[in-house]
Amino acid sequence: MKPKTSAKPLSKSFYLEAANPPYKLPPPLFDARCRACWFSVGLLLLVLASFVSLDLDWAAFASLEAGRSMYRFMAEFFPPDLSPKFLNKVVLAAWETLAMSALGTIMAAALGLALAVPASRMSQQDAAWLRSPTRWLLNALRAIPELVWAALLLISAGLGPMAGTLALALHTSGVLGRLFAEAMENIPTGPGDALRTQGVGPLRVFAYATLPQVLPQLMSYTLYRWENNIRAAAVLGVVGAGGLGQMLSFNMGLFLMNKTATILGAMLLMVACVDALSFSLRRWLNR
Amino acid sequence: MSATHLPQANLPLAGKLRDPDFSSRIFWLTFALLLLWPLGVATEFRPWVLWEPENRKVSRDFLAIFWPLVYDAEFMRMVVRETWRTVAMATAGVTLALMLAIPMCLMATRVLSLSALSGRMDRWPAVLRWCVRATLIVLRSIPELVWALVFVRVVGLGPTAGVLAIALTYGGMLGKVYAEILESGESHATHTLMRNGSGRLQAFVYALLPSHAAELASYTVYRWECAIRSSVVLGFVGAGGLGQQLDNSMKMFNGGEVATLLLIFILLVALADSVSAWLRRALS
Repeated sequence: MKPKTSAKPLSKSFYLEAANPPYKLPPPLFDARCRACWFSVGLLLLVLASFVSLDLDWAAFASLEAGRSMYRFMAEFFPPDLSPKFLNKVVLAAWETLAMSALGTIMAAALGLALAVPASRMSQQDAAWLRSPTRWLLNALRAIPELVWAALLLISAGLGPMAGTLALALHTSGVLGRLFAEAMENIPTGPGDALRTQGVGPLRVFAYATLPQVLPQLMSYTLYRWENNIRAAAVLGVVGAGGLGQMLSFNMGLFLMNKTATILGAMLLMVACVDALSFSLRRWLNR
Repeated sequence: MSATHLPQANLPLAGKLRDPDFSSRIFWLTFALLLLWPLGVATEFRPWVLWEPENRKVSRDFLAIFWPLVYDAEFMRMVVRETWRTVAMATAGVTLALMLAIPMCLMATRVLSLSALSGRMDRWPAVLRWCVRATLIVLRSIPELVWALVFVRVVGLGPTAGVLAIALTYGGMLGKVYAEILESGESHATHTLMRNGSGRLQAFVYALLPSHAAELASYTVYRWECAIRSSVVLGFVGAGGLGQQLDNSMKMFNGGEVATLLLIFILLVALADSVSAWLRRALS
């Protein structure tokens, strides 16, 4: 820190003897050479620009009127419709959701495995011509969310759970295919090389050397995605692709709030059960 | 058994090759297929429906109009505007989520408890901590799409509903994971500070935060990337952005626009993916 009174330039000894020599002072807050500073400024600008450009309707949300309408909206949820007939329907829809997620995940595992083989380099000699095109395909499958797939598939598969199942299968096959390919490239090459030097063909090398090594990993990835897919399948129906989501958007569209409350409760219950189950299963496996 | 048989038996691959596990494999495969049957029934899974002549015609017509892509100036201006809106919704949502997550994770972290320094935590702090955890879990287990459906009813169509939906769901996720990250690491420095009389906020800022900052930041960046993906989906229920345009174009069977929007969306996701991968590499 520079004393104000000094007119002449400070001697070198001042910096060495000062109570807080300059090299011990905290660094300046902004420095043109500091990348993290520029990055923070950029981040701040991005956040500010987002809030400014979005014409967010704070007044409608924070005002007393909005609070009242929120309260009215919530009050309409009660009491939830618990008549046996409707509960039966909800249970059926929940089963449909579960079945959609399970079937979608199984198909995705099969398709992902079929795509992961050309997408991975099995050995040093493998030219793997199809590696990058297949990876591009996997990335495209993965980049489009389930809901968008479902909306696209509704056109050819019609309303109902089949479109949802296919949508889950397509998106998940992109995710799983990539994970499977990484897993296959990362295994030790010894067993495969041993078979290959004996002149065993690629199909049998895959079946007897590669697959047995990666199978546990593939199973754990698939189970993990299944857990995700149950959650995704619950909301997939909002565009009309079956399950609890379809019931939710149908009843909400007709302003049948009591029924909506029951369906929301069922959704929460299902997600909570899946969470608890997978948590305890993981704990049990890692014990 | 005569000795002449032995050399023959030792010849590799001489006899017919036999899979010792053949019958069991067949059994389990059949069993699995039988188990799959009820799933197929429940999901009305009839893939041959896709090949029925009229469905095939509809799909072919829809796919045929995917080409040529629509890229006139007016449409592209709209696409750029909506893409920015998507990114802005994700950014604003994650910012609000942080405002929710940071205080809650500070309340929920066990490491920052003064009474837990000496044995058990006091009763009321423990109750508070448990309540905060439960709130976070509830917030995060309601999918953002459901939040968006609810908020569209309350605040009307537009990005406000989307931002609020992302803020609530991601607030729950971030808060829970932050608390887990803060509890997972070495807590020695934090406890030393608190034992010597520093406040809890001081202990957090000078000991707990520096040792976990990289991990926290990289998780936040990852969640921002996820938020971009989900803000597209939120558009489908009327929260603005690319998703809403995609929904409109699909409903009007405008294949060229759908194809352009899908391509833009794939590029956006790839961009967010690589930005977040680069940032996370720079952080670690």
